[in-house]
Amino acid sequence: MSLLEEHIHETFGRIIIKEEKGESKTILIDKTFILKVLAFLSPSLLLLLWEIFARLGFIDVRLFSSPVMIFKTMLPMFYSGELLYHTFISAQRILLGFLTGAVPGVILGLSMGLFPPVRASLMPMVAATFPIPKLAIMPLILIIFGLGEASKIFTIAIGVFYLVLINTMAGVLNIDDIYLDVAKNFGATPFQFYSTVAFPGALPMIFAGFKLGMGTALLLIVAAELSAAKAGVGWMVWRAYDMFDIEKMFVALITMAFLGYIFSYLLDMIERMVIPWVNNRR
Amino acid sequence: MYPTEAILLEKLTKVFYARQKKVIALEDIHLSVKEGEFLCIVGPSGCGKTTLLRILAGLEKQTRGKVIMRSKNPEKPLTSMVFQGDSIFPWMTVVENVAYSLRIRGFSREKRREVAGQYLRLMGLDGFANAFPHQLSGGMKQRINVARAFVSDPEILLMDEPFGALDEQNRLILQQELLKIWEGSGKTSLFITHSIDEALILGDRIMVMTAHPGKVKAIVPINIPRPRDILSLRSSPNFGALFKEIWQLLQEEVLKAKSTEMNK
Ligand SMILES: Nc1ncnc2c1ncn2[C@@H]1O[C@H](COP(=O)(O)OP(=O)(O)OP(=O)(O)O)[C@@H](O)[C@H]1O
Ligand SMILES: [Mg+2]
Repeated sequence: MSLLEEHIHETFGRIIIKEEKGESKTILIDKTFILKVLAFLSPSLLLLLWEIFARLGFIDVRLFSSPVMIFKTMLPMFYSGELLYHTFISAQRILLGFLTGAVPGVILGLSMGLFPPVRASLMPMVAATFPIPKLAIMPLILIIFGLGEASKIFTIAIGVFYLVLINTMAGVLNIDDIYLDVAKNFGATPFQFYSTVAFPGALPMIFAGFKLGMGTALLLIVAAELSAAKAGVGWMVWRAYDMFDIEKMFVALITMAFLGYIFSYLLDMIERMVIPWVNNRR
Repeated sequence: MYPTEAILLEKLTKVFYARQKKVIALEDIHLSVKEGEFLCIVGPSGCGKTTLLRILAGLEKQTRGKVIMRSKNPEKPLTSMVFQGDSIFPWMTVVENVAYSLRIRGFSREKRREVAGQYLRLMGLDGFANAFPHQLSGGMKQRINVARAFVSDPEILLMDEPFGALDEQNRLILQQELLKIWEGSGKTSLFITHSIDEALILGDRIMVMTAHPGKVKAIVPINIPRPRDILSLRSSPNFGALFKEIWQLLQEEVLKAKSTEMNK
């Protein structure tokens, strides 16, 4: 090891020097570690700046609050169970709405992908109704399902349904014909077409649909809890708006971010379990 | 030597209509394949070899003509096809792929593992039963492709260039393995290939097809005794003469296919 390299090694503990039979030497810096540090450092820095600017009066705390003030509001809400209660209510609505939309989405998507007559007869309706913003249907849903839980779950379900349906159908249509031929040559029944080719073949796309659907579900929960709700994180946001309670609003937003993170983490985990044959490089 | 015909084709014709254009893929094919025979099919690219096998596999319907396939044992599937190109399911493990036909026919999981296990051993895939295809090499994937068709134990095996995408070494190994398995089973087999060598090594007869539209140009019997061995086969006195005969037949068609392509 040359003097210079020794020096580098001592100053930065994370530099790895690989020696190859004394001839060529490759220096590999542990990149993942640096990336992890950066990922932690940059948001921390932002929070710090926010706090400093708030204290110095550069930003209006009445509108933008400050990290410490938000934290001070959050703690008692957390300990009293209030925050958990609202989170639970919203999580439940999201989950129920998600399932109510995703299950028929997958089944219908598989059928439309697999059977041209089904596709031909349903596609016009899907194509015509898909572009309608889901928020625009909400008043109608409220009239039909009333002000209770059903209308909130249904609002979410309808948003999830379309995304899952369209992704599932595309997933089936993208399956190479050769796999369908194999199944046919071996004499698969229609149900076996579903279970051994269409469903597993479309699974990666189905999960892509699930993830998009989850994003929409988080969006729609805020709208769904705007009207006629008495609890939930979305409701917290609107409530804070009425009260002009900026801190509470930030607490609700943070909770929502947390909720979104948990749900997408769960989906990723399930995906890795269910689709072990896909090379996951992330 | 072969008591009955397993396959009989009469005036078999297949026409495709693709975007207003009429493509005659097969025209008036007459062919009889005896039970237990190994027939190799060679012909220029696009002459309808795959189409012929797809019709026999029930994946395509002929436009005209008659297809007769004799089934001795209704318990068994009539045909199994080894497809041209990568056709093993990426979402199933090796053993699930190999045992696919048994799953379709409702065999128990134990029975499936047992039968598939035999073939995995036979093909040297022992340690890979629970691997997924993306973890395997091209040669291994083709082994699975062939094993999957054998496991279904059909009356007629249809193989569409199963070793086409392989390198020379893998090809030789798989040819030897196929010879071994096939000579043990005595199944009626149709085998498409671009390699005259391969056709001579494996076939009882070789059918040479004409370029577009595909017709039967000639059927050449291969009088090389079985069981065959890839190494001694090449030094057999017939081999060179047969190679020359087939190549002359094929050469005309390949050149013809080239010139029509250029005139387009
Ligand atoms: N589904 C289809 N629709 C329209 N034309 C087709 C279809 N399938 C095959 N053909 C045409 O039929 C002809 C024969 O095709 P086929 O795949 O049987 O050839 P092949 O002999 O197997 O060729 P290769 O050796 O390249 O595999 C070709 O001209 C092809 O373009
Ligand atoms: Mg072909």
